[in-house]
Amino acid sequence: MSSIPHDHAAGHAHDEHAHHPGGIMRWITTTNHKDIGTLYLWFSFIMFFAGGCLALTIRTELFEPGLQIVDPEFFNSLTTLHGLIMIFGAIMPAAVGFANWQVPLMIGAPDMAFARMNNWSFWLLPFAATLLFASFFVPGGAAAGGWTLYAPLSVQAGMGMDLTIFAIHIMGASSIMGSINIITTILNLRAPGMTMMKMPLFCWTWLITAYLLIGVMPVLAGAVTMLLTDRHFGTSFFNAAGGGDPVMFQHIFWFFGHPEVYIMILPSFGIVSTIIPAFSRKPLFGYASMVYATSSIAILSFLVWAHHMFTVGMPAAGQLFFMYMTMLIAVPTGVKVFNWIATMWRGSMTFETPMLFAIGFVFLFTLGGFTGLVLAITPVDIQLQDTYYVVAHFHYVLVAGSLFAFFGGIYYWLPKWCGRMYNEAMGIWHFWLSMIFFNITFFPMHFLGLAGMPRRVPDYATQFADWNMVASIGAFGFGLSQLLLLYNVVTCIRSGPPAPAKPWEGADTLEWTLPSPAPYHTFETPPVVQ
Amino acid sequence: MSERGSDDGIDDRRRSNRSLLKRLVTVVVVMFGFGFAMIPFYNKICEVTGLRNIDIADDAVNTQIDADRTVRIELDGNVNKLPWRFRPLTSIVSVHPGELTQVMYEVENTTDRPMTGQAVPSYGPQLAGQYFKKLECFCFAKQSFGPHEKRQLPVVFVVDPRLPANVPTITLSYTFFEVEGNES
Repeated sequence: MSSIPHDHAAGHAHDEHAHHPGGIMRWITTTNHKDIGTLYLWFSFIMFFAGGCLALTIRTELFEPGLQIVDPEFFNSLTTLHGLIMIFGAIMPAAVGFANWQVPLMIGAPDMAFARMNNWSFWLLPFAATLLFASFFVPGGAAAGGWTLYAPLSVQAGMGMDLTIFAIHIMGASSIMGSINIITTILNLRAPGMTMMKMPLFCWTWLITAYLLIGVMPVLAGAVTMLLTDRHFGTSFFNAAGGGDPVMFQHIFWFFGHPEVYIMILPSFGIVSTIIPAFSRKPLFGYASMVYATSSIAILSFLVWAHHMFTVGMPAAGQLFFMYMTMLIAVPTGVKVFNWIATMWRGSMTFETPMLFAIGFVFLFTLGGFTGLVLAITPVDIQLQDTYYVVAHFHYVLVAGSLFAFFGGIYYWLPKWCGRMYNEAMGIWHFWLSMIFFNITFFPMHFLGLAGMPRRVPDYATQFADWNMVASIGAFGFGLSQLLLLYNVVTCIRSGPPAPAKPWEGADTLEWTLPSPAPYHTFETPPVVQ
Repeated sequence: MSERGSDDGIDDRRRSNRSLLKRLVTVVVVMFGFGFAMIPFYNKICEVTGLRNIDIADDAVNTQIDADRTVRIELDGNVNKLPWRFRPLTSIVSVHPGELTQVMYEVENTTDRPMTGQAVPSYGPQLAGQYFKKLECFCFAKQSFGPHEKRQLPVVFVVDPRLPANVPTITLSYTFFEVEGNES
């Protein structure tokens, strides 16, 4: 399965394309980590816009009180599919796309360890996405019980739920294969001298993410399999009619679900930990503590799942345990934030687009972390459960967290990927518009949640009208700002000015020793790391 | 890792990739099984901690009858996809907290075949459940009915006098479910 092309000398790397089918078949049959990384990133970009369209439909409906443009049932499908598509279609594949491009380049490996499996794990995704979108058109419509698929609603829902379950199976298989590939690549294919503690932090965070993925994705697969057999084969795992327990589903789901939120954020931590030192022209402050902090976050993530379900009626001892464990996560996370700030301290900083997004990330992710601490307090959480405060919290850590870091990563590595520079002015505009509109969209949701507005509801009491209108305006601004990114990326690829091998003065990882664009085959002769 | 140049090195690496792949796939398979293993694990926890013992009779607590207070008990009977007729004989009773009370439900199997069902109680408000002590209930066991058999089934209960004062009414609602595997 290993595909290390040992019959090519590094010298004629540039005419490799002759050995590959052209046109669409190049992309379908490719086993090249750069091609597959590109496919992952474009796929997630498309899913990002698709999920964004669902979000804007939601915000249009919520622009003013009353039911205007969609049925309540369809509204529920919109919130459910927005969540599923953004999580499994946009954020996770984008992270795998970054890993595919960057992990081999950063550790001096010629390709991923299992190149054909790599191809397979990408090409499963379009089928899963098709199932999800097709579910809108089946009788009963798409899944409408929330992305968490809580029983008993998901046991009783129409066949859109079956398509969703199969889509989750397929996406889960894809991420498991991707993770196995990344772990094996990092553990077995590092260049001579690249010890574990010399690895760029992006590789470390992805290694830990990959372990989380193979630990919890199978549990989600098991949970949705149980849903499926409850629905069609007469089992009663979650079906109270047969002695099952719907709350059990929540326990199993969140055993997956909480590590999942770190799966979505750890790769972003890695990207930010790469960008900030580059533009501060200083090595990362506290490298070893970053590695240990990431590991402790990963371990703690298995011990906090029940903070998502404080209201199910668990004993006070359980509530206290999960409350304190959750608060404990603030410690390693605080270490990370401290290290990022200490890296910038007295650095000779410049503020190109990647750095702007990285700083925006640190600022807004920390804000989202603080609201997370507020929600960790059990009595407060019981008050705020299922309100817009929760929506505000997780959009701060997922949009301003994961997504902003990915934006930064795209601008940072685009010159290496396509050999051309993006338009810096447009990038800065993209950052500031995203930053402003993001806050216009999601900051008012804190107020709405504190005032008691429930989430996943298409209509609301009139006292919530003003802030909802503000949030909807912000959402359209944020959505439209993303077209700038699309335009910038497309014009960069087609007609950007040529990029030097190392456009960022402070960058010091291995990929910058290669020419731009990175040749199709790289590091066939491993570099030697001191 | 360090001998990429030679063919031996490539074979070595391929072998170590394969063995890592096997170990990681084992983790995936074990975790898939772990998801299912959580079901008996949680059931055991619920059993040990008594979080979900709805089919066990409560102890007859020695309590004083609080004659100054009257609680209205509303009785309700439902069936879940089960062709049975199921109803309480009286739908509302007034009781004093601490007072032993018996109510009757009537069940009729309207089909031509013997069937087995199990009733599951629920309470409104939910909070009242812990103060509603059932000493005897048809919901503690599976109930079998012959074709067109009709029976009256009792519930004996005491409302705990510690019931919060702001609960004037308790709704006791049973739902009968067919027990799987009793088609014959």
